[in-house]
Amino acid sequence: MPVTLNAARLSTIRGRLLRMHFESGVGHIGGNLSSIDALALIFHEFMGEGSRFVLSKGHSAGALYVALWSAGRLTDQDLTTFHRDDTLLAGHPPATGIADIMFATGSLGHGLSLAAGTALALRLKGEPGHIYCLMSDGEWQEGATWEALIFASHHALTNLTVLIDHNGLQGFGGTADVASMFPLHDRLKGFDVDVHVVQGHDLAAIRTALNANASKLKIVVLQTIKGKGVSFMENKMEWHYLPLKEADYLRALEEIDGS
Amino acid sequence: MRKQLCDALVARADDPSMVFLTGDLGFMALEALQTKMGPRFINAGVAEQNMISVAAAMARQGLDAWAYSIAPFCYARPFEQIRNDITFHRLPVRLIGNGGGYGYGVMGPTHHAIEDYGVLLTLPNMRVYAPVFDEDVGDVVARAGANTQSSYIRLGRGEPPAGYAVPAYAAWRQLISGEGPPVVVMGPIAGTYIDVVRALPESRRPNLWAVAELPLSLSPPPPALLDQIESSKHVLIVEEHVAQGGLAAAMSLYMLERGLYATVKHLCAQSHHFPRYGSQAYLREKSGLAPQALLGAIGSLN
Repeated sequence: MPVTLNAARLSTIRGRLLRMHFESGVGHIGGNLSSIDALALIFHEFMGEGSRFVLSKGHSAGALYVALWSAGRLTDQDLTTFHRDDTLLAGHPPATGIADIMFATGSLGHGLSLAAGTALALRLKGEPGHIYCLMSDGEWQEGATWEALIFASHHALTNLTVLIDHNGLQGFGGTADVASMFPLHDRLKGFDVDVHVVQGHDLAAIRTALNANASKLKIVVLQTIKGKGVSFMENKMEWHYLPLKEADYLRALEEIDGS
Repeated sequence: MRKQLCDALVARADDPSMVFLTGDLGFMALEALQTKMGPRFINAGVAEQNMISVAAAMARQGLDAWAYSIAPFCYARPFEQIRNDITFHRLPVRLIGNGGGYGYGVMGPTHHAIEDYGVLLTLPNMRVYAPVFDEDVGDVVARAGANTQSSYIRLGRGEPPAGYAVPAYAAWRQLISGEGPPVVVMGPIAGTYIDVVRALPESRRPNLWAVAELPLSLSPPPPALLDQIESSKHVLIVEEHVAQGGLAAAMSLYMLERGLYATVKHLCAQSHHFPRYGSQAYLREKSGLAPQALLGAIGSLN
């Protein structure tokens, strides 16, 4: 297992994420910065023998790649190919070619079913291993996600942990304004699941929630900030899409380094 | 064909890697399979999108995954899950759609499947099986089960005339020989033509072929059929499927690419909606697929 994650390492990870996006001229930064803490924590501390991960919010592929890099599962050279021709590091996770990525995602609403199927398969085979699935909050507007929740809850998949990057912003508005399910954790509690609500940039809080014993499906709602760590990106919807200009990049790096 | 399906799957279920998922269907048909498989028989509920993704994930973990529903609920509702989660990952999930064509008759067009294999064959790594006779189902289950590709089994009901000796399963079978032009039929509707075709005098009797597998790139037409098309310069293709994406379109391209030029006549499903509802036989008749319509089409070839 890689080293325990701490704030200094997280700053390095954020900086590498920004550099990768800047050098590739690619957006989707806001949702990567909101989810990178939990992603990095999972790959540094929780992906034990037999564990598997599904990125349901496939548009945060950049954060996944950098988390894998930080955990020693991708190289720095790999990251330089991000979003370029002839790369394995596509804008959304690839179907093949990277051992830690089981499924090509990007169309929202698939990941929880894929994670649930994987968890049930391991149970039927009598194999150990835990499945982690990171979802977006807007993704809960997809009907298939609720199908998956019903299924995972019904089968009491205790070898599956669902994390939700609840940053409150989606493609063309705030989740509370577009199709509100606020408070999301209360909606989820209506199912027979263990719901934990934690500050999504507090490593200790996330760690505690992930380590908590569960007798049913566990869902960790991460209360996050889109663009976390870069003041001019925080809670700004445009950073769901925009690529970084050089001045933005340098300013963002300064903020990350100074944090 | 559901009884034969259940029997074949029960026999296969000795393999502990097999899992079977149903979208809450199979009452009075699949109970024996449910009993045999225990927790590996999963009623995924009325939630086909989830069922297909779960099946994909199970196949990804090395399980032998089968997913069953009424045909349109198996391929149309969860199409993106089939596309992204099964075929993009080249996973050997076996989809079973019951009631191919107008099989659900008077239940209405929401339950019909007349564009199923055309749609699915646009996807990579997909293989289609349409058993012609009840006796084919065991072979089809074995072939789909041995397939490393994704599979779709289009179930109907065998419709041969009483006393007909069903020939051994093959992707392409010549059911009747004659001196007339070849007639190529996809799936179980072929059985409904046997009586009227064999009653024709030999000089006008067509060579009747039944097709059970697609695409043609994996199950190409046999040389004997191509020879018949070459010599007659005609071929009549019949399918309980819309024209777009069907067997006739595939056969026409196959022939043209090989310099085999012949007149293609096509009988196919004409509409999802007719002014009135009715049985499978009624809807076939409205589409010009009834046996008498076939005879008229054969007559027009000469």
